[in-house]
Amino acid sequence: MADVIKKATRESYGEALAELADKYEDLIVLDADLAAATKTGIFKKAHPERFIDCGIAEANMMGIAAGLSTTGKKVFASSFAMFAAGRAFEIVRNSIGYPHLNVKIGATHAGISVGEDGATHQCNEDIALMRTIPGMTIINPADDVEAKAAVEAALNINGPVYMRFGRLAVPVFNDKATYKFEVGKGIELRDGKDVTIIATGLMVNEARIAADKLAEKGISARVINMHTIKPIDKDIICKAAKETGVIVTAEEHSVIGGLGSAVAEVVTECCPVPVIKVGVNDVFGHSGPAVDLLKEFGLSADNIVEKAEYAVTLKK
Amino acid sequence: MDATIRKQLEKTACKVRMGVIEGVYNAKSGHPGGSLSICDLLTYLYFAKLNVDPKNPKMPERDRLVLSKGHCAPALYSVLAEKGYFDASELKSLRHIGAMLQGHPDMKGTPGVDMSTGSLGQGISAACGMALGGKLSCANYKVYAILGDGEIEEGQVWEAAMFAAHNKLDNLVAIVDNNGLQIDGKITDVCSPMPITDKFAAFGWHVITMKAHDFDDIERAFDEAEKINGMPVAIVMTSTKGKGVSFMENQVGWHGTAPNAEQYAQAMDELKKTLESLED
Repeated sequence: MADVIKKATRESYGEALAELADKYEDLIVLDADLAAATKTGIFKKAHPERFIDCGIAEANMMGIAAGLSTTGKKVFASSFAMFAAGRAFEIVRNSIGYPHLNVKIGATHAGISVGEDGATHQCNEDIALMRTIPGMTIINPADDVEAKAAVEAALNINGPVYMRFGRLAVPVFNDKATYKFEVGKGIELRDGKDVTIIATGLMVNEARIAADKLAEKGISARVINMHTIKPIDKDIICKAAKETGVIVTAEEHSVIGGLGSAVAEVVTECCPVPVIKVGVNDVFGHSGPAVDLLKEFGLSADNIVEKAEYAVTLKK
Repeated sequence: MDATIRKQLEKTACKVRMGVIEGVYNAKSGHPGGSLSICDLLTYLYFAKLNVDPKNPKMPERDRLVLSKGHCAPALYSVLAEKGYFDASELKSLRHIGAMLQGHPDMKGTPGVDMSTGSLGQGISAACGMALGGKLSCANYKVYAILGDGEIEEGQVWEAAMFAAHNKLDNLVAIVDNNGLQIDGKITDVCSPMPITDKFAAFGWHVITMKAHDFDDIERAFDEAEKINGMPVAIVMTSTKGKGVSFMENQVGWHGTAPNAEQYAQAMDELKKTLESLED
């Protein structure tokens, strides 16, 4: 694993925007004074005439994005998840969601892995917030390959999309040559019969590692990469519930309202089975190196293994 | 302004006011006060200013109007009906289940509505986005946004004001309906946004003051706005909340209350008399 390439999905986001600029002439990128951090600066450098800095005013930026989209522009509005989904929530709901406008929200620095900036900037609530808006598509890519494919897929959705990217460099495990992104379709990375791990974002790679560790313990774990959280892939969830009998969800987000909740909502309707959640346990974060925080807040492969082992006992 | 044109606009504005009363009365709820204060403005815009086509409401090169003070939708609906975007009978089902006309403007459901608004402070940002879109596309359309004087207590308005000036959006005109009243009382008693003109000027806007119920003055203000280059224009108009219906004028209680049958009859009677007086 020493030669594994690591890259932050925010970096992939910025690069994808720049790469897609020629193909999508109506693409306009907005930021709120965070272009260097969200990596929209990469687009800005390549296409300054199509980049608008809205300053530290996220509420207005979302309104600008809404208005721009009505004139036929394909707009990406970028900020940290905390401000894009949190501070600007009501503008996203009323000015973008309600009229179902063609605005893409590129939210970076999501989750606890923001690291040293601490609790004020560690947004573990954005998926929960965005999930409540009717018609909002939510995509949380797991690595560089997926993030880039997702950005283009989002551009081809005529409606609002919330995209969640991370600050921390994470392993690139998808193969660019064969990878195919389909909005709303979970990807089964590995089959298994004893338990299904449904993960999103940077927890997908942890789920892959967990499955290896579980195999050593004689537990066969299915792994599903749920890059699209809304609309969620009900078929793949219900099939997993029926075939493996228990589900463990893994996300770098609060256990309230995120992927775990979405999966639980699905299985209660089609095949009620235990859903055990790995996520941030309804607490605020704090400062520290991202990698250490992920361990401290229970967001590692070992935590998934532990929960999976417990989940399997519930079947007996 | 030519006297014949002025009289025609006054007649149209009176009919628009009747539509407001009709809508709010039938809805048994809504906001007549602030709707009546912008009827002359909307009439001027739709009948003497905007490049729009009711038969082609999504025409790309059209001028845009964003009713940022979205609760005054009855006035917008009434003027749109008068202009021919849809049948005036729709006003009678305003706010009803299944109706096209929602309590606050819905761009997806109502022809002629350029932006969904209602949550105060948001429309002006969308208007800035539309104006920016025009600039980026080298289009010649203009964007007009109507704000309430209470609405500008929302912080987002000033984020948008900063943005518009910074981006030199001279294709944007914001009109502030300064009727002096908001739900809880006088704007100067609640949490005063005064002085409004100085604030917009300080944010880098060209500011024009205007009498809201005088078509000559409205024309003068918009003619001046037309000549401004390099900066957005704010027209602060002094208006009378409830204008045109004697018992509603300057009464804060008519901000968000529908008239009962007796009040409806009196209001319509007054407006009919006004219309008749203009027919002479």
